Amino acid sequence: MLKSKILVIKYYLLDAEWVDSTFFWSLNRSSPGNFTPYLALLENMEGESIYEVDSEDGVGADIISTVEFNHTGELLATGDKGGRVVIFQREPESKNEPHTQGEYNVYSTFQSHEPEFDYLKSLEIEEKINKIKWLPQQNAAHSLLSTNDKTIKLWKVTERDKRPEGYNLKDEEGKLKDLSTVTSLQVPVLKPMDLMVEVSPRRIFANGHTYHINSISVNSDCETYMSADDLRINLWHLAITDRSFNIVDIKPANMEDLTEVITASEFHPHHCNLFVYSSSKGSLRLCDMRASALCDKHSKLFEEPEDPSNRSFFSEIISSVSDVKFSHSGRFMLTRDYLTVKVWDLNMETKPIETYQVHDYLRSKLCSLYENDCIFDKFECAWNGSDSVIMTGAYNNFFRMFDRNTKRDVTLEASRESSKPRAILKPRRVCVGGKRRKDDISVDSLDFTKKILHTAWHPAENIIAIAATNNLYIFQDKVNSEMH
Amino acid sequence: METDDREGNRMWEEDSSHKHLLDVSSWINCIVASKTTKDTMFARGIKRKCFDGEEDIEGTLAGFKSVPSYNLQRQSLLDMSLVKLQLCHMLVEPNLCRSVLIANTVRQIQEEMTQDGTWQVINAQNTGQASLDRLVSSDILCRSTKEQNEGKLVPSYSGFSKDFENTPSQDIISDLSTVTSVQAPRNPQSNNVWEMENSQENRGNFQKSLDQIFETLENKNPNSVEDLFSDVDNSYYDLDTVLTGMMNNTKMGHCDVLESFSSQTTTNSNSNCKSDINELDHIVEILVES
Repeated sequence: MLKSKILVIKYYLLDAEWVDSTFFWSLNRSSPGNFTPYLALLENMEGESIYEVDSEDGVGADIISTVEFNHTGELLATGDKGGRVVIFQREPESKNEPHTQGEYNVYSTFQSHEPEFDYLKSLEIEEKINKIKWLPQQNAAHSLLSTNDKTIKLWKVTERDKRPEGYNLKDEEGKLKDLSTVTSLQVPVLKPMDLMVEVSPRRIFANGHTYHINSISVNSDCETYMSADDLRINLWHLAITDRSFNIVDIKPANMEDLTEVITASEFHPHHCNLFVYSSSKGSLRLCDMRASALCDKHSKLFEEPEDPSNRSFFSEIISSVSDVKFSHSGRFMLTRDYLTVKVWDLNMETKPIETYQVHDYLRSKLCSLYENDCIFDKFECAWNGSDSVIMTGAYNNFFRMFDRNTKRDVTLEASRESSKPRAILKPRRVCVGGKRRKDDISVDSLDFTKKILHTAWHPAENIIAIAATNNLYIFQDKVNSEMH
Repeated sequence: METDDREGNRMWEEDSSHKHLLDVSSWINCIVASKTTKDTMFARGIKRKCFDGEEDIEGTLAGFKSVPSYNLQRQSLLDMSLVKLQLCHMLVEPNLCRSVLIANTVRQIQEEMTQDGTWQVINAQNTGQASLDRLVSSDILCRSTKEQNEGKLVPSYSGFSKDFENTPSQDIISDLSTVTSVQAPRNPQSNNVWEMENSQENRGNFQKSLDQIFETLENKNPNSVEDLFSDVDNSYYDLDTVLTGMMNNTKMGHCDVLESFSSQTTTNSNSNCKSDINELDHIVEILVES
């Protein structure tokens, strides 16, 4: 069973000061626009810190494979390699202490997918959860889609905090009453009980994919969603499980001619007819479902011409897009390839409007990274609620944030070792030969096994969730709901 | 065969394995292997035929730790990529994106080498093998995997080596035969760079090249082998066994190796026949003696 502890780290700007001895920090910005966050490691009231999974398997099955906030940010879902989903809920802020920010605590845990065996091909189907997507909430229940390589499941999360009491024919334990003892009739009433969270599978969308599913995306119409594998994208209706429509198929007639695969896809946040998919060659295709039933012909192709000065045998591999995300506004797209994150304007197909280097110091190490397969790592990226800051993970448990307005960036680390309770975490720096400052890390001492592939940003506030192998870190900006 | 039915289930109609990628790579193997022997002969000690005038292998080994030449780097990248592609036989389906990217890298290197003119098919390296043998093997190679699996016997086999039974496990053999047996350029009419090559020439050299692949694999720098195999699930795919098996077989001669590999998969009945025959002999011996 999972034990849950949450690491809550507040991040704040320069010149912070302690206000009281619990975990409340006040922020005092030194100057507007000075985006230099610091981090403080805190523990919650019970002295508990990091989210830990207690498992006999050790690290293996508990590697977090996806992280996703719901539309309000109240719930945070994580999926892991063992097929489990853990949902966290933010505690409502108490009115007594208005400065205490809500913490995330475990809300529910369930086994979403089990390992399967494909007898036809003699291959195992991994239970690892590749993606989780929340459905917009339409009633008291929450719903989410979770998927492994082959099967997508719709789960409904409901709360039960009342139960009926006072039945006429049954007693409290449920045993039938002796009718002779019943002298009057009563109306059963609902009495409060301990909160129980129930999760049940409502739909199972199976057999839609031959290849491995890499993305799912819920449409803004709230009725359909799409699932993408390496070569095809299918459109499903949330209520129909035995049928799906194929909307993109890039499988060549002769598989030997295969040179490009689909790596990620997403629906436009507002236009239910538009979606984008990225490829292993670094291109993005925006498709309009109104144009034709099979969207093999893109409406727009976003591709940046290769820089001839940087050309190497690894150029194609490092240009492969590992994640694509629409901005909340729907005007931009964010893509992540091995060394950079790029912001694209939907109106300009020729090149991205912004490019940020995540870890350019790895450019000279591509051969070793190819040898140890790190070059194939798929990092995700995220927008903040106002689309002004973008975030992505890197190696050595580092993650990077880029402020699009001020053009400042920062490297932060998510790890227990470097975070002591109530200590201030400094922004990290990776030095590339030359002069080395204290606390800098050299490129050669980076730990490539500690990679932050999955990150998520709260839709409205400055709260981020970082998955570092089998640990989940939740960082909160105390100050505010204001964006930088 | 595949209905383009958007609404239907496709899974059962398709083969999502990456064998095709492997086949591409294995063909590339054949032609490249000739290069391999030239450039990365770590333990061979054979003096190279140098197109670019480098000194012999010992000298190169000593100088290996200093800056490797571009060709050497490129060659080692190619070898690394081919090994990565071949190590796809795991319990869980390999990542298609990764396989495609690696295959593209291999193609890119091969294109560049072709343009460079360093991509010469080595005819001169024939070391006195009977051309007939080679043709026999090509025949096997040119047959599709499917046919092999259906159990067609090779009509041209003549006598099996006794060492036949020492070959490693069935799974690995079948994997290797997939690699080795589907060598023919998919077709001369397939539109890829192979059209540029004389397909006749290619076939003639497959035999030789395959041996070179095996030898290259077994002669690889042990450190890099460790690294490459570090994340392979050894319990399922014991490469050590394979390499050992291959080493045992090399003394049989190249032809026999191929024959044994191919026939191992063509049908179990071959080996069954063989063991049956041995048993029969044994029984007859006993009967006669008594």
